[in-house]
Amino acid sequence: MPALEVGAKAPDFELTDTEGKKVHLYDVLKEGKPVILAFYPAAFSPVCGDEMSLFQETLGEFERLGARIVGISVDNYWSVAAFAKAKGIKYPLLSDFHPKGAVARKYGVMRDDGIAERALFIIDPGGTVRYSYVSPILENPGADRLLEALEQMRAVRA
Amino acid sequence: MTDPTTTGEVHRLRAPISDEDWWRGPATAPVTLVEYADYECPHCQAMYPVLERLFNSYRDHMRFVVRHFPVTSSHPHAADAALAAEAAGRQGRFWEMHRRLFEHPGKLAPEDLLAHARAIGLDMGRFEDDINDAALRQKIEEDKRLGLRSGVNGTPTLFINGVRYDGPRSFEALADVIEREAHKGGQR
Repeated sequence: MPALEVGAKAPDFELTDTEGKKVHLYDVLKEGKPVILAFYPAAFSPVCGDEMSLFQETLGEFERLGARIVGISVDNYWSVAAFAKAKGIKYPLLSDFHPKGAVARKYGVMRDDGIAERALFIIDPGGTVRYSYVSPILENPGADRLLEALEQMRAVRA
Repeated sequence: MTDPTTTGEVHRLRAPISDEDWWRGPATAPVTLVEYADYECPHCQAMYPVLERLFNSYRDHMRFVVRHFPVTSSHPHAADAALAAEAAGRQGRFWEMHRRLFEHPGKLAPEDLLAHARAIGLDMGRFEDDINDAALRQKIEEDKRLGLRSGVNGTPTLFINGVRYDGPRSFEALADVIEREAHKGGQR
């Protein structure tokens, strides 16, 4: 199954964050803000300011545009918690570990080699996919495309 | 097979070079290279001698701009180091501080930054006032914000003539690009 496209209904899920709290997508959406889902292949990647760190640096801009972000990988909870701590990640990083990659699979971004694609989705408060992007696996997609998409969503609403 | 490293998409610099920027080389150079840098990032430290050599080799054809992108979540001293460079800049010594910071990796704690300032002969009273100036912190945040908008996706990120450069970071690879861009400029 290819990655979910714009216009699709976002599949609901419930995953555990690094504090052991359950995060339920549609509960988060009830707050009325768009939610960015950032799937990434695995915790600990070698480049400075890797993707999850870069999004940490972008939190202020995401907030300014009224959006929330969560990261999702197929790593187990302890690995994700260690990663979040080492990188100073303050937004939720969710563990899609058991059954492995079940959520990534629902979004069409689980790979045959056992890791998730590096993929970005923006879900609007109504639960519709408003942005979908699968990055080359070794390229950090950056934040510019997300900021642009969020700005466009606001322009449409205004 | 698809290339796992790049989409070939173009990411463009959203903030043109201005008087607020730190740059070396001729203003009319056919090639402008912008580096978004973090003084605490080992990849930037590795990039430093390459960019110095590149600038020294192409100084008639190349303008070299440095902007700040401290990845503060993983690098606790990066923002202060950027501030030290900006504060030195207020005394006309940005590049000296820039060099010193990259040439002394691991020496970025507050007392180290003061030692660097003394070593390059800054007016210390003024330096200490400037590193506490909210306007300088603001300038660094603005570099970072516009960097994010331009597609900075880690450090270092390079833009050559306004387009993000995702190729290899060796001297030879960069020299090829500079020569190609300089040649294009010559034909215009």
